[in-house]
Amino acid sequence: MISASAVTKRYPEGLEALKNVSFEISAGEMVFITGHSGAGKSTLFKLLAAIERPTAGSIVVNGQNLAALRRSAIPYLRRNFGLIFQDQKLLFDRSVLDNVLLPLAIVGLPAKEAVRRARAALDKVGLLEREKTLPIALSGGEQQRLAIARAVVNRPAILLADEPTANLDADSAADILEIFRAFHQVGVTTVIATHDAEWMSRLAPRILRLEKGQIQEHYNDAALDGAST
Amino acid sequence: MSTWFAQHLAALRDALRRLAASPLNTVLSLLVIGIALTLPTAGWVVLDNLREVTRGASSVQQISIFMTLDAARRDTGEIESRLRESKAGSWRFIPKDEALKRLQTTEGMAEIIASLPKNPLPDAFVIEPADVQPASLERLAKTFAGWPKVAHVQLDSAWVKRFDVFLRIGKLVVTLLAGLFAGALVAVTFNTIRLQILAQGAEIEVAKLIGATDAFIRRPFHYFAALQGALGGLLAALLVAAGGRLLAAPVAELATLYGGNFAVRGLSLGDTALLALAGMLLGWLGAQISVSIHLRRIG
Repeated sequence: MISASAVTKRYPEGLEALKNVSFEISAGEMVFITGHSGAGKSTLFKLLAAIERPTAGSIVVNGQNLAALRRSAIPYLRRNFGLIFQDQKLLFDRSVLDNVLLPLAIVGLPAKEAVRRARAALDKVGLLEREKTLPIALSGGEQQRLAIARAVVNRPAILLADEPTANLDADSAADILEIFRAFHQVGVTTVIATHDAEWMSRLAPRILRLEKGQIQEHYNDAALDGAST
Repeated sequence: MSTWFAQHLAALRDALRRLAASPLNTVLSLLVIGIALTLPTAGWVVLDNLREVTRGASSVQQISIFMTLDAARRDTGEIESRLRESKAGSWRFIPKDEALKRLQTTEGMAEIIASLPKNPLPDAFVIEPADVQPASLERLAKTFAGWPKVAHVQLDSAWVKRFDVFLRIGKLVVTLLAGLFAGALVAVTFNTIRLQILAQGAEIEVAKLIGATDAFIRRPFHYFAALQGALGGLLAALLVAAGGRLLAAPVAELATLYGGNFAVRGLSLGDTALLALAGMLLGWLGAQISVSIHLRRIG
């Protein structure tokens, strides 16, 4: 589903954020990308979502090579993804429901069907009661759940999240974790950039650990233990 | 197809919502656009009416030769033979007695003429030249003026010619004015859309990140600008109609004083639609330029 080979990303200032990174993620897998801040997690997230292009190497998503993608093809590629950004990127002048309706408006779903699906997505993250609220009135955890609802409303094949628990307390983070687990269980390929150790012990993800822009792939021992019981 | 339709409908609804959301801005923009379109339109209407005034006037070019009062039958015969020779065109001789008789039939003139000791009118020739090029007419008039016992030569429709040139200049001025104001309209729309894009930077960025095509992002701006331009065009038509109404009575009075009747011609329904269409296209153009420049900087 996702295949990166020899990916290097060098920024104009000379910083080499990723060096010769290669990995494969198959459909339905749950993968964590971890590492210290500055290790290249966010860069990898941006490359996977075609927000930035690699300096060298290739990334293939659903059979499409992102490096060779024409600008006009990028919007259609992005529709395969449910993207959850570190800063969430919610629209604060629109209601909770309208935020979730945006991706559906983009693909041109008829209004009635769109509202039905948006409500279903809000229901999944427990925000159905707050659909008329403005995002500013939501707690941090609720805002993150809204971001997830917006990411999944289009029923994407791949969920791609950048530090989804960065600013959340433990309880809220646990809620978010459950939501991701639920999506993974219904077959959504889930890729999460995080350094949350708690998550790694509770889910059984494959882990890609980044260090100074290079990858060290291994399975979490605790997760393996959990899986064997 | 239904998706396409739904997206356009949504963009239109979005544009209407934005127009309604800031009424003061909308009214001010419409006034700017409306007035910008009013000036060239009013100029065009004035020219159109002036053209209508001269349409009744003879466009046949005539040259009149007036003889001196003491010209005898022999002298007019000389002119006749010269005219025949020159092959200048068809011509007609109007003896002074006939001219006097014709004048007597004019109301109010009979008494005045009766009181005159003798006929004050000269013999005259009216020539309809075969060649009506202004230069040839001038040449003919000069030739006629040099003939014996000719007191005066008049190019009868010279004023129509002059007026025509005047109209042509007017048309050019209106066209230039229209070009200028069209440019202003594009610039105003450009700026309006620029401000909207800046205000909606976050929304545009998010939409792009989650799979919006450029067309999707541009569409509401295009609809907004086209709608604003069309409404501005309609406002201009309204202003011109109001101006025409105000002028109708004085113009009718003036026409009566000149013994005619003339009604001011305003904009037809087709003209109004054309004006709205022009506003729409210019607005769309302004939006297109603005969107192309400013959207590239986001996302």
